[in-house]
Amino acid sequence: MGILEVKNVNKRFGGLQALGDVNLSVVENSCHAIIGPNGAGKSTLLNCLVGKLIPDTGSVMFDGQSVLGRTPYQINQMGISRVFQTPEIFGDLTVIENMMIPCFAKRDGSFRMHAYARSNQERDVIEKAEIMLEDVNMLDKRDMHAASMSRGDKRRLEIAMCLVQEPRLLLLDEPTAGMARADTNNTIDLLKRIKDERNITIAIIEHDMHVVFSLAERITVLAQGTPLVEDTPANIKGHPKVREAYLGETA
Amino acid sequence: MLGLTGKDFTLFLIVVVMVVFAPIILNPFPVDSAMAQFNAGYPDLMQRFLIFGIFAVGFNILFGLTGYLSFGHAAFLGAGSYAGVWMFKLLSMNVLPAILVAMVVAGLFSVVIGYVSLRRSGIYFSILTLAFAQMSYALAYSVLTPITNGETGLQLSLNDPRVLDGAASADGSLPVPTFFGLEMRDSWDVTLGGWAFTFNAGYYLCAIFMLVAFYVAIRIFRSPFGMMLRAIKSNQQRMNYTGLNTRPYTLAAFVISGMFAGLAGGLMVSMDPLAGAERMQWTRSGEVVLMTILGGAGTLIGPVLGAGFIKYFENIFSKINDNVLHGWFAFLPDGLENAIVWILHPFVGKGWHLTLGLLFMLVVIFLPGGLVEAGQRIGRLFSRKKKPADAAQKSTQSTPAE
Ligand SMILES: Nc1ncnc2c1ncn2[C@@H]1O[C@H](COP(=O)(O)OP(=O)(O)OP(=O)(O)O)[C@@H](O)[C@H]1O
Ligand SMILES: [Mg+2]
Repeated sequence: MGILEVKNVNKRFGGLQALGDVNLSVVENSCHAIIGPNGAGKSTLLNCLVGKLIPDTGSVMFDGQSVLGRTPYQINQMGISRVFQTPEIFGDLTVIENMMIPCFAKRDGSFRMHAYARSNQERDVIEKAEIMLEDVNMLDKRDMHAASMSRGDKRRLEIAMCLVQEPRLLLLDEPTAGMARADTNNTIDLLKRIKDERNITIAIIEHDMHVVFSLAERITVLAQGTPLVEDTPANIKGHPKVREAYLGETA
Repeated sequence: MLGLTGKDFTLFLIVVVMVVFAPIILNPFPVDSAMAQFNAGYPDLMQRFLIFGIFAVGFNILFGLTGYLSFGHAAFLGAGSYAGVWMFKLLSMNVLPAILVAMVVAGLFSVVIGYVSLRRSGIYFSILTLAFAQMSYALAYSVLTPITNGETGLQLSLNDPRVLDGAASADGSLPVPTFFGLEMRDSWDVTLGGWAFTFNAGYYLCAIFMLVAFYVAIRIFRSPFGMMLRAIKSNQQRMNYTGLNTRPYTLAAFVISGMFAGLAGGLMVSMDPLAGAERMQWTRSGEVVLMTILGGAGTLIGPVLGAGFIKYFENIFSKINDNVLHGWFAFLPDGLENAIVWILHPFVGKGWHLTLGLLFMLVVIFLPGGLVEAGQRIGRLFSRKKKPADAAQKSTQSTPAE
């Protein structure tokens, strides 16, 4: 039994079958990559996992509990964090404030009326946020406006915001898209390190094969909303069906 | 100091000094000079500065921090006013219970309206609040006449029970609001050479409440709660996927700002114990939106400046009539004098709305941060002249969170 079990999930948008009978099992403490051509339904699948979309049929279980029928914030509180395809950060806030908010969410739950406290006195939260920033090599940008950073930095910040919550499952939607090569390699190193150090299960959508083959222990290939194959990276590389569907080559 | 960081404490101190000495600061012109009509240091107007300042500061907690634009906040001001007058009628002429009950009633009212309206965001939220406020206005005007006294407005009368101090009306005239015996209309006039200053009890009561309200607003801005509200404005989606339920945060902000409006309403009737339905009308709700944007939404001092600016215009600019204009330009040849007066006529007196409207447009287009941004730009201009190296360094590293 994996920590995440997706069974027979279907999702239609009008006439389009975005997901057709998707089954997916992600083993705890592993890194599972989901690849597939544009429009294959990868992001749609993630949306079904975090409560952004509700599948038409099927079940999604996380650690033995169904996530269906829960709102995004409840699903996050269960231990699932998500990085989006386009960075979703608090652009009007500073980097450190961006980091403090997930720390508050982790410490105080989904709502706490702390109107009389002072944010600059929340030592534990600030410390935790700074350690995480240090970890992703962004402490020098601590007081910058998040919106004014480069796209790569925004991504890194978003990943850090998810990590600081110590999620059990981290969902990444093309985390290195739009990043320079060096940033991509840094991100790969970071993800490898946190997976080893922190018991985090990772599910990653990625087009960059270099990233996929550096990180993934298992790969699922999605095409037109249906999983084609699921296997180890070594086997996927040479799989004729994959070459045909994904790389557009005929075997 | 007082749990405020250096910068905030300085700002608070400046506001305290300004408010305490306002009766002097706002009366810079000698009584019989031609400029005396620009003096704003009379109790009635100064009270209004503070009361609308409170209203706008509270509104800013909702709009400035969360970005939810309510078009119905006048309903809370009105509800607070009615509640206050009822306390005068039923309980006592002491302003304290009136003000407290005004805040509680406005708070309860905003729980209901906020709970429903916050199910939507953006323009739909604005429309819902507007609808609620207009409904309240219409009800106050007609159906709820037993409570609101309809068109006439709710007033004190000699046969009110006033269970605690009914005796106050024994001499046959209507009683006046007091603070443990100190009448709100009590004033102390000081004449110094050609200048006259009025220190009014009601004004200083408003001042105390306004300073407390301003202090509370600073603390909210600097609290984790305030940070959450700013985060909601910035990216609600990220909030949800970070495990935070935005609804209670926005509702709390809504209710707090509703209670600020209630406080303003309670103070209003403490200065003048009369409440009418027009206080709930949508134009009133629009006014507080203008104040906040004009001063600078999301800034601490902006709403106070905006409230002062608009109230000054409404009361002072509107008094400039053709006679005054003729007086000013009398030194010009007759034809030219008439021409200038003719040109200026639409912008002054009853036309003050036109000038204010133009100013508002200029601010929104050229100074999106409102008067506060104007102040900052001027400040930067000076500091750049003085020490360019320092200013350049500052602009690369933005202000820290604390
Ligand atoms: N909310 C929606 N409403 C209607 N159609 C949608 C919606 N979301 C996605 N789709 C469609 O579903 C299909 C799958 O989209 P999805 O975003 O999941 O693809 P993807 O695999 O993530 O692609 P990419 O690699 O480009 O990100 C696409 O054809 C898309 O147009
Ligand atoms: Mg996608």
